[in-house]
Amino acid sequence: MSEPIALKLTAKDFKSDQEVRWCPGCGDYAILAAVQGFMPELNIPRENIVFISGIGCSSRFPYYMNTYGMHSIHGRAPAIATGLSVTRPDLSVWVVTGDGDALSIGGNHLIHALRRNVNLKILLFNNRIYGLTKGQYSPTSEVGKITKSTPVGSADAPFNPLSLALGAEATFVARTIDSDRKHLQSVLRAAAEHQGSAFVEIYQNCNIFNDGAFDQLKEPATRDDYLIRLEHGQPITFGKDGQFCVVHPPGGFGLEVRDTAATPAEEIVVHDAGVTDPAYAFALSRLPGADLRNTPIGVFRSVTRPAYDSVVQEQVATAKATIDETPEQQLAGLLASGDTWTIG
Amino acid sequence: MTKQIRQLDRVVIRFAGDSGDGMQLTGDRFTSETAQLGNDISTLPNFPAEIRAPAGTLPGVSSFQVHFADYDILTPGDAPNVLVAMNPAALKANLAELPRGADIIVNTDEFTKRNLAKVGYTTNPLEDGSLSGYVVHPVALTSMTIGALAAHEVSKKDAERAKNMFALGLLSWMYSRPYESTLRFLERKFAARPELVAANVAAFRAGWNFGETTEDFSVRYEVKPASMVPGTYRNITGNAALSLGLVAAGVRSGLPVFLGAYPITPASDILHELSKHKRFGVITMQAEDEIAAVGAALGASYGGSLGVTTTSGPGVALKGETISLAVALELPLVIVDVQRAGPSTGMPTKTEQADLNMALYGRHGEAPVAVIAPKSPADCFYAALEAARIALTYRTPVILLSDNYVANGSEPWLLPDVASLPDLRVDFASRPNGEDGTTFLPYLRDPETLARPWAVPGTPGLEHRIGGLEKADKTGDISYDPANHDFMVRTRAARIETIPVPDIEVEDPDGDARVLVLGWGSTYGPIGAACRGLRQRGLSIAQAHLRHLAPMPANLGEVLRAYDRVVIPEMNLGQLAHVIRAKYLVDAIGYNQVRGLPFTAAELETMLEEVLKNV
Repeated sequence: MSEPIALKLTAKDFKSDQEVRWCPGCGDYAILAAVQGFMPELNIPRENIVFISGIGCSSRFPYYMNTYGMHSIHGRAPAIATGLSVTRPDLSVWVVTGDGDALSIGGNHLIHALRRNVNLKILLFNNRIYGLTKGQYSPTSEVGKITKSTPVGSADAPFNPLSLALGAEATFVARTIDSDRKHLQSVLRAAAEHQGSAFVEIYQNCNIFNDGAFDQLKEPATRDDYLIRLEHGQPITFGKDGQFCVVHPPGGFGLEVRDTAATPAEEIVVHDAGVTDPAYAFALSRLPGADLRNTPIGVFRSVTRPAYDSVVQEQVATAKATIDETPEQQLAGLLASGDTWTIG
Repeated sequence: MTKQIRQLDRVVIRFAGDSGDGMQLTGDRFTSETAQLGNDISTLPNFPAEIRAPAGTLPGVSSFQVHFADYDILTPGDAPNVLVAMNPAALKANLAELPRGADIIVNTDEFTKRNLAKVGYTTNPLEDGSLSGYVVHPVALTSMTIGALAAHEVSKKDAERAKNMFALGLLSWMYSRPYESTLRFLERKFAARPELVAANVAAFRAGWNFGETTEDFSVRYEVKPASMVPGTYRNITGNAALSLGLVAAGVRSGLPVFLGAYPITPASDILHELSKHKRFGVITMQAEDEIAAVGAALGASYGGSLGVTTTSGPGVALKGETISLAVALELPLVIVDVQRAGPSTGMPTKTEQADLNMALYGRHGEAPVAVIAPKSPADCFYAALEAARIALTYRTPVILLSDNYVANGSEPWLLPDVASLPDLRVDFASRPNGEDGTTFLPYLRDPETLARPWAVPGTPGLEHRIGGLEKADKTGDISYDPANHDFMVRTRAARIETIPVPDIEVEDPDGDARVLVLGWGSTYGPIGAACRGLRQRGLSIAQAHLRHLAPMPANLGEVLRAYDRVVIPEMNLGQLAHVIRAKYLVDAIGYNQVRGLPFTAAELETMLEEVLKNV
């Protein structure tokens, strides 16, 4: 195969002529800039890239990308994108969604896209609040959240989006943060390379209705002690001085954080995103506490499983392989199949 | 023994038994044999929603009615001339619809005390004289079948299950049907188990021979072939015809067909059928729900496929939001609603026409779509092609309103020449359409069709964004401008309203009718048969049938106003009548029934005769 021609696109090529209308200071700006900056790396012509979104602040995203795009209806982007992807395997299809869009009204479509392993790159902007409808709690808001619709605190427990995705048989699961452009782009890169559904949760700040929700992960004073940066093949240690590590205690089901100094090096878990058993990635997804301590970011899981689109296209190709008739001849044969009789 | 042979011009047979007795298959086979003979045919299956309702009970009765004649017929027949009752429940459930003098063939083996008690018979109707008005043929179907298979290597259960083939053999003898296709069918069906082929063929022959030898059946009947248009025919159900129509639409448009569907009675057979035709490039997806099914279809259309979703009423309700999105996006989309009795789960295996309002109006905002309805099983083929034509040409969702009656009923279909089918090829946008030669205006319309360009992803230079937010005329940019919204709403209405559809034709052979019967969808057959009946008695009546419900034919107002009275029979509480009254200010009379069953020609004839008396 010959080398693909370098398209020499730049971030500017991916900016549409539409005025960006998120609130000033919104984390979405940083994500948009990071995505536009990353897109040239794909070396895919703009016309072969499609962004499909649902409803919510994040779902305005396609309007600002100078690619093909559809701003659809609340929660349904994964379903619409599935129909597009399965019929057009030549396209690079991205879904942009939010915590309400993907996990509340569209929960069913999200889990089914993941279990089918449709070749979609799903970016979930999680700000743990409803922004566009002006500040109700979301399915990722912490219990007791006081909002306009829950004046004495929300009563329902949140989803952990990564645990949910893993339970839905996702083959690629990652988390990143709006403000860390370098990390965000590294995760996008890994997601783009993945064949099948890639699920990326992006912690995103809503400075109007839920400001500072992820501050501990962003402030220089706390972030190093709170964040676990997962790197494939590396022992999982973190903290300003690498003082914390992750171990798998014998007899336990999950993973735990320990002091590195008190832990023999061979007991420290070496991160392997390719572990077949989703229990490992699930255990990673359960590490963070309510205060965001021990929050892993990076690629939790990246395993290979046939993508739905490929299997469906192969079935069609196999059915077509033996045909030596024109479509019209085939159709005439089909219409006349079964018991027929002739008059006159 | 030589039997007397009597000629008949038409016969209606109803096979009735327990859900597990194989009555649908028996009816199907008899129909196929009858088709081979060249009779005109119309069939009506009637079965419970439960897969296996308790054996021997009234709710468990499944039946299949076939009407065949030596002339062209329009309905499966109002009342059977012959009832095959495989058990007491089948007799009890069907007796009320049987005219006096009809033949009843009963399986006496099932008339046990216990089975009689199950359906509330305190005495045996075969012995208590209650059937004296009928010609009863008691046949020990089960025991004779088991006896005939004594030498066969099959279990008693399998032997007993072959009793439907005994019944089919007997009926095939009675009506002089050619049985070769049934023997071939049995060989195909039980190919993996040769002993069952042999047993079922033996049961069939035993039934045939029983007719020939027993004294009880002294007469054999013949129904001569009907004079039909020359050509090759097959018998086809509405759901099968609709599926083939969609495949044909793919071939004639050159586009891949994508079906997104969620299983629902009575539409699932379309999903089953289309999933077999991958060699035509047809992709079927069994979605996680009705919403995903239509969403995926819309996504496929966006990518340049012919997106289709098939469902029944409850599914259309769920799809409403996505259909509205398709209205805003102005993309092709075919939504098939095989109507069933509602509201809610209603009676899933029974027919109704009560989704018309939903099809016309059941969405948020001003969201007009095109709506068409097939008039008969074979017409489903052409209705599917027409739905695809409108969707592709005018870039709009089209709702196709089938119903359980046409979907599961069958009739002979004169196979069309593929080259004669409409050419559905489309032009995708390939270059910028702005005046400057470089910009692309996704909402710049074709002045004739008002359709916007279909620019599919992958086309260089036409990258653009579409969505559910209101769009500015031409550019498609987000717009909250009041005048633009008013313009866009009116334009979306106009682009449906101005779709050219054929004029409605009126059938008024006498030319002096003062009453017009207007119907839509599956009532075509019963209305037509009722009109024939009236005309045969010297009464004049006109019939017109709507295939296009949105937009309606341009000449409809003129047609309606030409009559003193307009009658609209519908299997709902007057939904079309309401539209006609509002739109054309015509004082139409509704005739409405929602019993889950099609109209009988006789009741329509009686009703219309009353109307004629009072004009």
